[in-house]
Amino acid sequence: MTKYAFLIPLLPLLAFVLIVFFFRWKEKLSSLFAIAMIIISWVMSVMVLLETIARHGAPYEAFYQFINLPKFILEIGILVDPLTAVMLMVVTTVGACVEVYSIGYMHGDPRFSRFFAYLSLFLFSMLGLVVANNFFMIFIFWELVGLTSYLLIGFWFEKKSAADACKKAFITTRVGDLGFLVGLFMMGFYLGTFNYGGVFEKVAAGVVPAGILTLMAIFVFGGAVGKSAQFPLHVWLPDAMEGPTPVSALIHAATMVAAGVYLVARSITLYVGSTEASLVVAVIGIVTSVMAATIALVQNDIKRVLAYSTISQLGYMIMALGLYGYDTSLGHHSAGFYAGTFHLMTHAFFKGLLFLGAGSVIHAVHTNDIQDMGGLLSKTKITAYTFMIASLSISGIFPFSGFWSKDEVIASTGGHPIFMFLTLVVAFMTAFYMWRLCFLTFFGKPRDQHRFEHAHESPKVMTVPLMILAFLSIFAGWVGLPWLSNGFSSFVFHGEAYKTEASWLMMTISTIVAGSGIVVAYLMYYKKVISPERMMERFKPIYTLLYNKYYFDELYQVGVLNPVMAFGRLMWKFDAKVIDGLVNFTGWFTIVWADIQQWFDKWIIDGAVNGSGWLVRQGANVLKFIQSGSMQFYALFILTGIVLFGIFKFELVFISYRWPTLSIIFILSVVLLAGVSRMIQGGYETNENAESEE
Amino acid sequence: MLLSSLIFVPLIGMIVVMLIPKDKFSTIRWTSTIFSMIPMFTSFWITWDYFFNYSGSAAMAYVEGPFKWIPSLNVHYFLGVDGISVPLLFLTGLLSTISIVASFGINKRVKEYFAFFLLLEASMMGVFVSLDFFLFYVFWEIMLVPMYFLIGIWGGPRKEYAAIKFFLYTLFGSIFMLVSILIVYFTSQPHTLNILTLIKQGSALPYTLQMVCFIFFFISFGVKVPIWPLHTWLPDAHVEAPTAVSVILAGVLLKMGTYAMLRISWPMFPKALHSLSFWIAVIGVIAIIYGALVSMAQKDLKKLVAYSSVSHMGYCMVALAAYTSATAITGCMFQMVSHGLITGALFLLVGVLYDRAHTREIAVFGGLSSKLPVYSGIMLLFSMAALGLPGMSGFVSEFMIFIGSFGVLNKVLVSIAVLGVVLGATYMLRMVQKVFLGEFNLERWGGLTDINLREIITVAPLAVLVIAIGVYPKPLADLMSATIQHFITLVVR
Repeated sequence: MTKYAFLIPLLPLLAFVLIVFFFRWKEKLSSLFAIAMIIISWVMSVMVLLETIARHGAPYEAFYQFINLPKFILEIGILVDPLTAVMLMVVTTVGACVEVYSIGYMHGDPRFSRFFAYLSLFLFSMLGLVVANNFFMIFIFWELVGLTSYLLIGFWFEKKSAADACKKAFITTRVGDLGFLVGLFMMGFYLGTFNYGGVFEKVAAGVVPAGILTLMAIFVFGGAVGKSAQFPLHVWLPDAMEGPTPVSALIHAATMVAAGVYLVARSITLYVGSTEASLVVAVIGIVTSVMAATIALVQNDIKRVLAYSTISQLGYMIMALGLYGYDTSLGHHSAGFYAGTFHLMTHAFFKGLLFLGAGSVIHAVHTNDIQDMGGLLSKTKITAYTFMIASLSISGIFPFSGFWSKDEVIASTGGHPIFMFLTLVVAFMTAFYMWRLCFLTFFGKPRDQHRFEHAHESPKVMTVPLMILAFLSIFAGWVGLPWLSNGFSSFVFHGEAYKTEASWLMMTISTIVAGSGIVVAYLMYYKKVISPERMMERFKPIYTLLYNKYYFDELYQVGVLNPVMAFGRLMWKFDAKVIDGLVNFTGWFTIVWADIQQWFDKWIIDGAVNGSGWLVRQGANVLKFIQSGSMQFYALFILTGIVLFGIFKFELVFISYRWPTLSIIFILSVVLLAGVSRMIQGGYETNENAESEE
Repeated sequence: MLLSSLIFVPLIGMIVVMLIPKDKFSTIRWTSTIFSMIPMFTSFWITWDYFFNYSGSAAMAYVEGPFKWIPSLNVHYFLGVDGISVPLLFLTGLLSTISIVASFGINKRVKEYFAFFLLLEASMMGVFVSLDFFLFYVFWEIMLVPMYFLIGIWGGPRKEYAAIKFFLYTLFGSIFMLVSILIVYFTSQPHTLNILTLIKQGSALPYTLQMVCFIFFFISFGVKVPIWPLHTWLPDAHVEAPTAVSVILAGVLLKMGTYAMLRISWPMFPKALHSLSFWIAVIGVIAIIYGALVSMAQKDLKKLVAYSSVSHMGYCMVALAAYTSATAITGCMFQMVSHGLITGALFLLVGVLYDRAHTREIAVFGGLSSKLPVYSGIMLLFSMAALGLPGMSGFVSEFMIFIGSFGVLNKVLVSIAVLGVVLGATYMLRMVQKVFLGEFNLERWGGLTDINLREIITVAPLAVLVIAIGVYPKPLADLMSATIQHFITLVVR
């Protein structure tokens, strides 16, 4: 079956294509076909997982050439190793649950079929990302999940907030992808391959200088920061909650946002090779985790609380992976890799469940605001109980699956007191805000009587997926029981297997921390012993800061978006006024120059021509009278000539040659003679010749 | 004969169209469609045949001539194609037919329109198959004439301005080309205008002369690309031109610039290229970022697409600067083809909307997705292709360009160019959001109808190709790999 693992992503793609082109008009068929495809994929994933276990995790790889270039070959292929097999399971399981749930949730939506088409496209992209055998291919699917996320966040695009949110999500993650791309270019340049095996081999062999490797690892991590909504690119994820809730569950909680974690886990060799890069990863992870948890404490939108919780938990995983790289590069043992991937898996189940549960609640009361809820336990029993199971799981209460994975994450901070302290703080806050949510939603008196009365439990098609995920939220973590000799840790191990040991001290501490978080929430929101309002008043500035999410959105608006847009407009002005201005000026100048030329041509050059013509004509007008045809006149003319000649001949003796004077006198005398001749002839034949010149 | 037929069939078509009575619109339309389909299928066949029979070597295929044309000047009729011209022939053939079909809505002076269009097609084909400078120059210049009239007669409100600007700008470039051609002609021994011979001899030119010729050619080809800052004719011409002409402008004409660089000035003057490559890269990077930023500020749909062309052709310039990398040059070719397909489709789609709404102002639309789902879906597909989404051709070309140039050019410079990826997403998605998402203005746009079958037929082949190249680019890369290898040996002399 592993051989056919490439079909696992292709089946949902088939669903997408068929729905878009053929089934679009038949809603029932569209949804059922999409679900059938993902269930087949799920069955195949189970078989692949079993086979991988049977092979003891030996990887399977197959590929075809995407493009063949002299320096290197880009390929598209599949790699099935334990990490892949586990991810396939996670994605298909949550995917199938979400699709079934969507039948109920999206019931009556005018774009029902389209929703299933998009979900199928997403599953194709996500599964493709998971089975990829090289960094180039993972990037392709990385972008495709971004596209589907864009489409699904903007599914209800008539809402301005949704339209804004999808654009924001796409562009923000693309900023991270920029880093990923540059990382890929460095990989291509320094390593000449994108294949996981090839890259890791060369990195392990030390082909790349340490500085370059660090840079490369950090750039690749940039992609993870975008996709997994890590600080400082986390701003898109809360807004992404504008999408339909099943989407939030599948994409923005369980699978796509985990892709960043998956990427870091996949390329862990890069981080093992670079202590600095690992440290960056770990620090970003913990900063994100703490930041998001603090924001989640005060939010009132049920989905946004969960969104910040997701960011926080992803930070956890990222930190664990970073610490693994850090410790391993220094030669220490670390549980980080195992903890990160383990938490990735369990988180997918319980966070998917939380979102679906939230969707069920929203379906019941038609609001996202927890201040308008309350007392829903009696109305929506299954939703409430499954939600609380997930809450216990995420809080890390024994023996829910979250307990085991969270414990490992905390354990991976061993030897780093600051990290350990902060992870415990986050664990406390997580328990607190989750149970704040639970108590405000399901317990107490209904705060909005009207909504409460109309609330009802969701249909079976929605509650069954909840129950399945609840089951997994309890038991999925048991594959990683520290007492199992061949549990999760030895299955997904990377490099040297990490032998997990049950640390009773750790377990006790984390349970106490989580339990106290729940207790505080209980006291504040159930027993009302501590007044939340008074706390709010007391810590007003902090509350405001947290409520406004540290003003990140405003900061980016003022610091990044506005300047870029302004710069764009400036460039546009520059283009229109300066560059095009120069072009138009050249054109204008040419025209003006041409006008000057034309004037010059008309009055000076042609003027000279016409002037000489005029001169000739005038001269001719005068001289023509010499040609009178009168014998007497000619005789007189000759006589004058002789006389003049005589005079000048005589003068020559004294004054030598003066040709100019001579000629002037000659011409004058000719003119004089002409005048005389005219007088003699008395205006004879005057006007006819005037126009003869052309 | 195949290559000649590419030029002469449209020419014959033009004559036939001119003989049809001018009020028989439908006859004129279908005649020109048929006469543009013949060269289209010929170009498909050439692509197919070239791929299987000739792509293994860099030698010119389907060579015709050299036949003596003007013996005293040593001018020959000399045609031939190789791996870098075949994809462009394919593109020209396809886009010409698509444009003609997309022009069926033209009702003003129909006969002249289609006659000019066929002349345009003939001259474009001529540019891509000529191997003689004189011939090349003739086709390069002839192309201006139908283009001038197509913009000037059938264009938008500022058509005269746009047409004359386009005409003069290109002519301005052509002067430089003519001077360079004369220089290489008179310095060659014996005097020849054979491009292949000149490439062989070209490297023997003294350095200064190489620089002069290279820069002159660069300016003249650069106007067509258009390189920054010689690009301002493009937005005006694109915006004012009728839809089909914009398609040809963006899809084919811009490629003539980059093609000519690959075919002529790059291999002919390797020394000059070597000293100037950094600055070419800088110009390319400026175009990428600048074009994207300016696109972001556009209010007119067509102008946005036009400026995105400036940005996209910037990628080609970056790739051309990284001339020693076969990957980058292959990427450049991919970008040329891909940009032709994607931008061609975007112009067609903008035209579809304009035909219905009679405005292209981004701000007046909104929420079209709910009323025009098919149109919006197709537009979204091409917007995604334009912003370089994987699975489509734009991604493949951008990726190859970056990865090829990263190893050759200044790494910081390339990293800056990568910013274009985010900016590209920004302006495209901003447009998508404003036009297709949000609330639908039922009162104003309630009468809009979705894209019709004829319009779907015009964009469908482009969509198929964009996805096909994006999913399986290997055949296209294989088709030109030998030629590009040969090209590299020529430029690294």
